[in-house]
Amino acid sequence: MSYWFRNDNRLPQERLAAASYVIVGMIALLLLGFWKLQVIDSERYGQMAERNRVRSIPIIAPRGRMLDRDGRVLVDNYPSFSVLLLRDDPAEVEKNLPTIADGLGLSIADLREQLSNTKNLPKFQPIVIKPEATPGDVAFIESHRADVPLLEMLMVHRRRYLPGGFMSHASGYVGEVSEQQIEASNGKYRPGDVAGKSGLERQYNDLLVGTDGMRRVIVNSVGKEMGHLEQQEAIPGKQIQLTIDYDLQQVAEAGLGDKKGAVVALDPRTGEVLAFASHPAPDPNDFAIRVSKEEWQRLNEDPGKPLLNRVTQAQLAPGSVFKIVMATAMLESKVPPENFTAFCPGYGVFYGQMHKCWVYGKSSHGSVNLHAAIVHSCDVFFYNIGMRMGIGAISKYAKMLGLGAKTGVDLPSEESGLVPSEEWVQRVYHHKWYPGSTISVSIGQGSVMVTPLQVAYVIGGIASGGDYKQPHLLKDAPHVGEMHVDLAESTVEQVTQGMYGVVNEAGGTGNSVKLQGIEFCGKSGTAQMMSYGAASRLGLGKGKNDGWFVGYAPRRNPEIVVAAVVEDTSEHGGTAAGPVVRDIVKAYYDKKTKKNQGQVTAEIQKNDAGKSERTLLSGAPRVAVKSEEAAAVVAASEKKRDRP
Amino acid sequence: MADAPGTREYDWWLLAILTAICAVGVVEIYSTTHGSALAGMHMKQVRWLVIGFAVMFVLSRLDYHLIMDQAPWLYIAGLAALVAVLLVGHRRFGAQRWIPILGEFFQVSELVKLIIIIVLARFFAEVRTDELSLQDLIKAGLLVGLPLGLILKQPDLGTALVLMPMLIVGAFLAGLKWRHAAVFSLAGLLLVGAIFYPPVSRHILKPYQRERITSFLHPEEDAKGSGYQLLQSKIAVGSGGFWGKGFGNGSQNQLGYIPVRYSDFIMSAWAEEQGFKGVLVALGLYMALLLRLVQNAQRAKDRAGMFLVMGVTAALGFHVLVNVAMVIGAMPVTGIPLPLMSYGGSATLFVFLAIGLVMNVRLRRFVN
Repeated sequence: MSYWFRNDNRLPQERLAAASYVIVGMIALLLLGFWKLQVIDSERYGQMAERNRVRSIPIIAPRGRMLDRDGRVLVDNYPSFSVLLLRDDPAEVEKNLPTIADGLGLSIADLREQLSNTKNLPKFQPIVIKPEATPGDVAFIESHRADVPLLEMLMVHRRRYLPGGFMSHASGYVGEVSEQQIEASNGKYRPGDVAGKSGLERQYNDLLVGTDGMRRVIVNSVGKEMGHLEQQEAIPGKQIQLTIDYDLQQVAEAGLGDKKGAVVALDPRTGEVLAFASHPAPDPNDFAIRVSKEEWQRLNEDPGKPLLNRVTQAQLAPGSVFKIVMATAMLESKVPPENFTAFCPGYGVFYGQMHKCWVYGKSSHGSVNLHAAIVHSCDVFFYNIGMRMGIGAISKYAKMLGLGAKTGVDLPSEESGLVPSEEWVQRVYHHKWYPGSTISVSIGQGSVMVTPLQVAYVIGGIASGGDYKQPHLLKDAPHVGEMHVDLAESTVEQVTQGMYGVVNEAGGTGNSVKLQGIEFCGKSGTAQMMSYGAASRLGLGKGKNDGWFVGYAPRRNPEIVVAAVVEDTSEHGGTAAGPVVRDIVKAYYDKKTKKNQGQVTAEIQKNDAGKSERTLLSGAPRVAVKSEEAAAVVAASEKKRDRP
Repeated sequence: MADAPGTREYDWWLLAILTAICAVGVVEIYSTTHGSALAGMHMKQVRWLVIGFAVMFVLSRLDYHLIMDQAPWLYIAGLAALVAVLLVGHRRFGAQRWIPILGEFFQVSELVKLIIIIVLARFFAEVRTDELSLQDLIKAGLLVGLPLGLILKQPDLGTALVLMPMLIVGAFLAGLKWRHAAVFSLAGLLLVGAIFYPPVSRHILKPYQRERITSFLHPEEDAKGSGYQLLQSKIAVGSGGFWGKGFGNGSQNQLGYIPVRYSDFIMSAWAEEQGFKGVLVALGLYMALLLRLVQNAQRAKDRAGMFLVMGVTAALGFHVLVNVAMVIGAMPVTGIPLPLMSYGGSATLFVFLAIGLVMNVRLRRFVN
């Protein structure tokens, strides 16, 4: 054994003791570190662990369906898959972006734009990067779960509308919420959410929209699902029942066909809208996913204005339909007195200018009283009474009868039309009213403008003796607005007799649409878009007209009033729009007769019992909505509904 | 040796503490691996522990003076092994550290740690002065520097770092002058500063090492890169709270968010499932172990024995400090396992061999 260690037992005891203190100090420091993490910051780290562990995937609530008045499904949903991107970890997202873009067939630039649009949202909220997943996308996501654990599939409910733009201006359409909507929603909406953009979808969005649920799954560090936690179920949106009658709607759609125009049918006793069509109509199924910028631009720039809801937004000159308002005003104001007659040689000269009657050059009306003037739509008669009444009285009565103001229908963006007055011309054009303008206004030309809905509303109101009901599309709406205009019984009698004559008397301008056995009344109107002279100069022959017809039945206290307008037609209102109105009124009576005779269809009987509905959306996978809910829906909708 | 002491002389307290720590380790290895592809790993660890205890007893029977006699040869053999590893070693986990012996892969550097403890003990025991001269200090430094350089070349920063506390503790006990201590701590501070200062560290650290430093300083910035490990470990520890989530219930552990949770980050898994109270137990055991080692050093028969025991203490203490500090995010990831708890054959054997040396010294404290 070596010598080197012998007898050397001088141990540095002090320094060894110091080493002990160092050890105690070291352990104490480490414990302090643990104390900080496990006691002081424990909650924060607990949340982080939870966020690691739990992945929340929304369960999209289906939107409420829309049924017609007999319970037939007009707007439904079908299931589809969206691709979600989980963006908890920006670095990982950035890394996998090319793979994702490639796998899903998206452009990286588009993905980046979507990411930057949503960068203000909490990171744990996934975003929809592809709304309609193809089977290929599904396969890609499933096979890349391990290496790209950022994608999830989300079952969504897409809207399914009746094809071909059926009723599309009433139903409206849904779309992804805009940034403004998100901001205005107080956190209710997230990007990618769907909300009503127009029509009833927008008007009753709060009813239709459900509450999304949340599926919470436990995932491991490579994103594999290891289990799931209690999930928060989605609450489906409420189903709404409309006043629309599918049968009448079908007639309305077919009647307009490919003509440009609008038709609306009301039950003036209740204000219920029975049919509502505006053509051309876009097919909202095309927007149900995501509408491309190009498509949107094309629709906006289409000269046929397919996005314009002509029923409530087209502001057109009413033409001779306005004569009903003139007649009512004359009888009510007694200026001129009701036995006033005018002589029509085919034209008249007022304020130094010649105004033609529509029969100018072909014949003349001769001596006409009010009744004859309505039946034959004599312009000269109305020029005369207009001149006597003056713009002030015309304006007053037109407004009193409901023109120049919104009807209050439960659809967004209704237009109010225009009733010109001295005050209006002063305000807008800064000059005094030219008395000559009164002459044009007297026959519904000049600056007077109405919407088809206003025409139906006003004519229905007059024929109902001055009782107006706010038009609406939601069945069993609670607070239907009412308006009463005091009209003398004799006024209503004479005016309705006039409109009866239009259809039923020989030589009436609506004689061609006479219906056997029905007290069908109406008034045609042909508003010139340009003067005959201007049209012929342009080589357009007779000139382009907006052909109006408003019809109702029966003569007093009507059950149905239908207004139709066909734009850009070379025909007269009676021939262009008359048949559309007649067919709807006829369909209404045919159905009513069947019902009275007990020939109610099996579907409707069943439906009345609240058991099932006939689905019009053939082949559409139906989202289960419990039948007993249907009854509750209307009740709930009544509470929530706020009418303007 | 004819005068071999009896079993009563063994440090039964030390063995008890050792066994308790090993038990905690095996339990937690079970918790981290059961139900995964690594299931059954705890039994492998038990096998290593059994071998370890056996090796420890064998080593404790051999008089440490005899071992220290062979220090120069051990040193040369150690250097040769390090060179051999660089030439023919197996590359695993990105570093050339492994040579196959008896069908298992051993980390040569673990054995080298043990050799350096012996060599340093021999060197400092031979220093007869009360105060350590600068000359001797530099000599000791060179003695450590050579293998350290070779280990860094593998590269294995963790093991290389472990050599430093052995040198520092040895020098301190050998009578390091405060003046020298001040100068060298300053140099050390500058070195650490350089490592954390990117413009300088670019020249002295490997890219993966720099990345670890960066992710240590800013773990949240790169949550799935290298900062991921530290952040996930902190989340595991913090979410455990005071009482812990319970055995087998740590989500960070069971769902695999904690990196290498059966080995380097085993403390993280333990802290998550057992909470602060569990940490108290574990760190309490380590403190008891280290203090018990110091006590053995204090009772050593001679300076040689003391240096041997304190070399072991320095190595184990450093392992505990660096590993646990890493687990709570207070130090960068260095790849230093937690002695006796982390799974691993070479590391476990090293600890038992080292404790064997300590037992050896203890057994001979009354022998002349």
